Amino acid sequence: MAQVSIAVNGKVRRADVEPRLLLVHFLREQLRLTGTHVGCDTSQCGACTVLIDGRSAKSCTLFAVQADGSEITTIEGLARDGELHPLQQGFWEEHGLQCGYCTPGMIMAAVTLLNDTPKPTEQQIREGIAGNFCRCTGYQHIVNAIQHAAGKR
Amino acid sequence: MTTTPILPKLVGQRVKRREDPRLIQGRATYVDDVTLPGMQHLFFKRSDIAHGRIRRIDASAAQAMEGVEAVFTGAEIAELLGPMPIGTPYSSPAHRAVAVDVVRYVGDPVAVVVARDRYVARDAADAIVVDYEPLPAVVDPELAMKGQPTVIHPEFPNNLAVALVPSGTGVDAAGKVDDSAIDKAFAAAEVVISQRMVNQRLAPCAIEPRGVVAHYELGKGSMTIWSSTQNPHILRTFIAALNGLGQDQVRAIAPEVGGGFGSKINIYAEDYVASAISKRLGVPVKWIEDRSEAFVATTHGRDILGYVDLAAKRDGTVLGLKLRLIADVGAYNMLLTAAIPTLTLLMANATYRIPAVRATLTEVFTNKTPTDAYRGAGRPEATYFVERAMDMLAQELKMDPADVRRRNFIQPHEFPFTTQTGAVYDSGDYEKALNTALEAAGWDRLKAERDAARAQGRLVGLGLSMYVEVCGLGPSSSLPTGGWEHGQVTIERDGRISATTGASPHGQGNETTFAQMLADQFGVPIEHVTIHHGDTAVVKQGVGTFGSRSQAVGGTALHMAGGKVKTKMARFAAALLEAHEADLVFENGRIAVKGAPASAKSFAEVAAFAYVPVPLPEGLEPGLSEEAFFEPANNTYPFGCHISMIEIDRDTGEPTLLKLVAVDDAGNLINPLIVEGQIHGGLAQGIGQALVEEVVYGEDGQLLTGSFMDYALPRATDFPRFELHGCVTPTPVNPLGAKGVGEAGTLGSTPCVVAAAVDALSGFGVRHIDLMLRPEKLWRIIHGGQA
Amino acid sequence: MIPTPFDYARATSLDDAVAKLKASGGRAKLIAGGHSLVPLMKFRLSEPAALIDIARIPGLSGIREQEGRIHIGAGTVHHDVASSALLRDKCPVVADTAAQIGDPQVRHRGTLGGSLAHADPAADYPAVVLALDADIHLKGPKGWRVVKASDFFKDLFTVDMEADEIIVSVQFAPVRAAAYAKLHQRASRYAIVGVAAALDVSGGRVESARVGLTGAGSHATRLTAVEQALAGQPLTPAAIGAAAERAGAGLTHVNADIHASEDYRRAMVPVFTRRALEGALRRATASTAGRQRSGPSSSGTRWR
Repeated sequence: MAQVSIAVNGKVRRADVEPRLLLVHFLREQLRLTGTHVGCDTSQCGACTVLIDGRSAKSCTLFAVQADGSEITTIEGLARDGELHPLQQGFWEEHGLQCGYCTPGMIMAAVTLLNDTPKPTEQQIREGIAGNFCRCTGYQHIVNAIQHAAGKR
Repeated sequence: MTTTPILPKLVGQRVKRREDPRLIQGRATYVDDVTLPGMQHLFFKRSDIAHGRIRRIDASAAQAMEGVEAVFTGAEIAELLGPMPIGTPYSSPAHRAVAVDVVRYVGDPVAVVVARDRYVARDAADAIVVDYEPLPAVVDPELAMKGQPTVIHPEFPNNLAVALVPSGTGVDAAGKVDDSAIDKAFAAAEVVISQRMVNQRLAPCAIEPRGVVAHYELGKGSMTIWSSTQNPHILRTFIAALNGLGQDQVRAIAPEVGGGFGSKINIYAEDYVASAISKRLGVPVKWIEDRSEAFVATTHGRDILGYVDLAAKRDGTVLGLKLRLIADVGAYNMLLTAAIPTLTLLMANATYRIPAVRATLTEVFTNKTPTDAYRGAGRPEATYFVERAMDMLAQELKMDPADVRRRNFIQPHEFPFTTQTGAVYDSGDYEKALNTALEAAGWDRLKAERDAARAQGRLVGLGLSMYVEVCGLGPSSSLPTGGWEHGQVTIERDGRISATTGASPHGQGNETTFAQMLADQFGVPIEHVTIHHGDTAVVKQGVGTFGSRSQAVGGTALHMAGGKVKTKMARFAAALLEAHEADLVFENGRIAVKGAPASAKSFAEVAAFAYVPVPLPEGLEPGLSEEAFFEPANNTYPFGCHISMIEIDRDTGEPTLLKLVAVDDAGNLINPLIVEGQIHGGLAQGIGQALVEEVVYGEDGQLLTGSFMDYALPRATDFPRFELHGCVTPTPVNPLGAKGVGEAGTLGSTPCVVAAAVDALSGFGVRHIDLMLRPEKLWRIIHGGQA
Repeated sequence: MIPTPFDYARATSLDDAVAKLKASGGRAKLIAGGHSLVPLMKFRLSEPAALIDIARIPGLSGIREQEGRIHIGAGTVHHDVASSALLRDKCPVVADTAAQIGDPQVRHRGTLGGSLAHADPAADYPAVVLALDADIHLKGPKGWRVVKASDFFKDLFTVDMEADEIIVSVQFAPVRAAAYAKLHQRASRYAIVGVAAALDVSGGRVESARVGLTGAGSHATRLTAVEQALAGQPLTPAAIGAAAERAGAGLTHVNADIHASEDYRRAMVPVFTRRALEGALRRATASTAGRQRSGPSSSGTRWR
């Protein structure tokens, strides 16, 4: 077992973990933060995307021990003081989701996209979410949702 | 003084979804989020060969591992569970949830580990040793039909799951076939188009893999099962049956479901096994599918081979169509496997007046993952075969693809129209859809753009496809589950509305659309309406969500239940207001006498009275809760036209979709925002079929596309912005006039993209390109000499 | 998808990492971003008994220029390479290549050293380090060792590294007139064929050229016939086209899979060689016309 100390959504969590415990399982099963999902096993689908030290990453391709000492933001930590994050608002306004399973990862990927490129073109948006699969929406309303959020700045 | 309505009508409005707050904040509960005290985890050891006899399974090392509760082999599971049921009338091989003596596809389960957590379960599976005697793998369906290289199920000679189903002109109810009309059509033909076409195998790939939690409570003798399913009531029926329980003793819950696309209709081995093991061990158990597991363990879609012959006159008039279908259904019949390709037969008439149609269907077992419903389920295949043939006819006659179609359309005054294959199209105006699409796309301008690009040496092409869908699945004569849907509407004591629907959604937004309808029906704020679904303990009855039926069938059932309760509520209100119920209006959260708004009683007041009715109005029972089963008289037949423009890289063969215009007529729309989302998603899957998706098996039956590293799922960068346009031809089949729209996007998009590729490469003499448009395939056409 | 159990240790310094690696006696693997290794471990295609985490070793990541050469720390993630202002200015081909690896999330974690050490036959970086004639600096128990990129890639997933060595940095003389062109495998986004080309240009002529190829064979390799054909040629599309025609002719083993047959891959080698050379030519021309800054926007103020 290894001891980790990880700040998740602003709160430091200490735990003893098996080294092979994937970060996504640490978040979902030990912290019960089940908003982060698992959709594949090859780092393609992006459903497990969280922010690690401010950058989007696929939490299924990381062991929890690797994240020791990091700051992690999950979908549950995005809204502040009961107010939705502009991307959450954008996804709601623009019908950027259907089944919702890819949505948390998609939103977290978009957070990094807009951090890096606050006024993205449509092409930049599409490239910025190229690491996230959505099977429901055909992506168009997701693009609209991110544009909505970008426009609110 | 008259009050103007303060509550806007919601039906037809772009109301944002009520489901979303929980989903965008990570607060929804999918099946993997369900945790119960003492829960054990399952892992399925699966066959890594396509076909073989199990000589021996040694699970002793696995059983001895710390944290392992039990290991069950196929033979042990067979003591708990009978063969898995199917939902079609076709005879089927006995299918054990876990293989007992023979494995028949890569991924066929051979043993199940029950362990403390998923890590230990996975470790233990590695410690199980299975010794196989390999058997030849049956992979090519056309060889399989000759019994080569072997027969998979001895009781099905030549691997014929369904030997031959004839359909079309001159086929009587007993299946007797008279070919004179079709022979005459082909004898009179001035031109005949003949083509073998492949509608390839696809993986549905809901982003949430499947999963199940089963909890048999020994003390109560009852089972609760959470499963990522499109139809909890059907799940309940079968789980009860296989576990020897009554349906009253099983509660099935579809929690939040992360997409289905048809693949979560089937009741799977893992559902049965989880329930049986929970019952045997008396502990809750959970199984969650890995993605690579999903590629072998969740049903595939499509995989139909079509031999198409189209007879026509030189002016483009179609005289006859022959369609010989061979469906590669994989190793077993699942719930609806055998029935899906029959929908291809049913829709072979497409949007055209075809005087004679002969369609036949053969279904073949191979050593592959079984097929079942995948978005469109049989109809995209029919559309593809017929539309590709119409394009080839246009090409042969040097006609515009729009013109050849226009010449053959069923006309608006001909509805209801009975097709040669027995469908009764409810309503339609195909030429209007075509014209709308041509105008919206700027067809003539696009042709000029294409020609200008070609003059520069670019390979640009245009494609067009019509489609007609069969949706709103019912009536009961067509579905072994029953073709109705159930709805119940309750006005609670505080005047708020609880409604239940058997149409259990997984992304379709029924919580919003159904609430829009009820809010309008009762004149109350949508915030006062809650739609419950997905739990058989809450929702009394249901069939489920598939076949684009939620709105047309489920929505109608709720509308009917709402109508019943409204009638009753009006009688209570009439008693309170001392008015005649026919004079009452429901609006703005109040019930008033028409023309006397001051008289109004609030919804809550009337509701409270209905539950404490003193005095009870004569002829009324207390309470406000009514239910309805809606049995549609017929299916609905939405239709449309899709147009695409693509460019192919001359050097590499890589196709790029430049434009996609879709005109879809789904009848009346409840929520255009949600409808657009449904169409976008369907288009993406249809385009995915054309451009990037294909399940590929090796000659040895190994799956070569077993992960997202090799099975390409479309990304955001693969698509242009889709351009949607509508027209509205309501259906007479239900009072809402809504036809359904869940699958439509997949129908026209695939053939129109292939047509555009053929057009782009027409300079190389190509008439047809089989799916999917792999760059190498296109490159070989361009660089024929080098291939 | 659950890996087999392993021991885990975090290295605090390069020497610590080397010592730990040596002590493991070949049982341990290094992990930095883990984006090559972790997926393999999840499929149990790799079952190391121990992992030594080198991600936090000070100085192992970063991009700098020193005495006219660019040094990229092995632990530098693809995103940082892709968005490096220094590389965009001095040697944009490296940034371009990094920007084409995987997807944004992968680029936030995956590292240069990890990609090179793993040596996936379809990885992007190997082509570009070959074209830049980069030196790969390794450290092991016996001290430092420098391997030329052209000697580094040996075979499928096999490089010139001892089990107890670590890639510390990649160093090269920057070349502006260089470009990378790639045919994406549409599922994985790896390269079916990827070609990086770098031109040394003087007085309108190609003094020398280096061309690296990935994706086609068991390991990345230089296309020496193309390099030779270009040497001394005028800097023209015609000369480039003629040289590109020779690309891949001598390849003995060419990969084949469901995404691309051997024929097709062979045919794509000259196509992407030409595209890479054309890109390099454009940059050569632009260099003389005045340097341009291009590429993804660098990260500015945080958005949230």
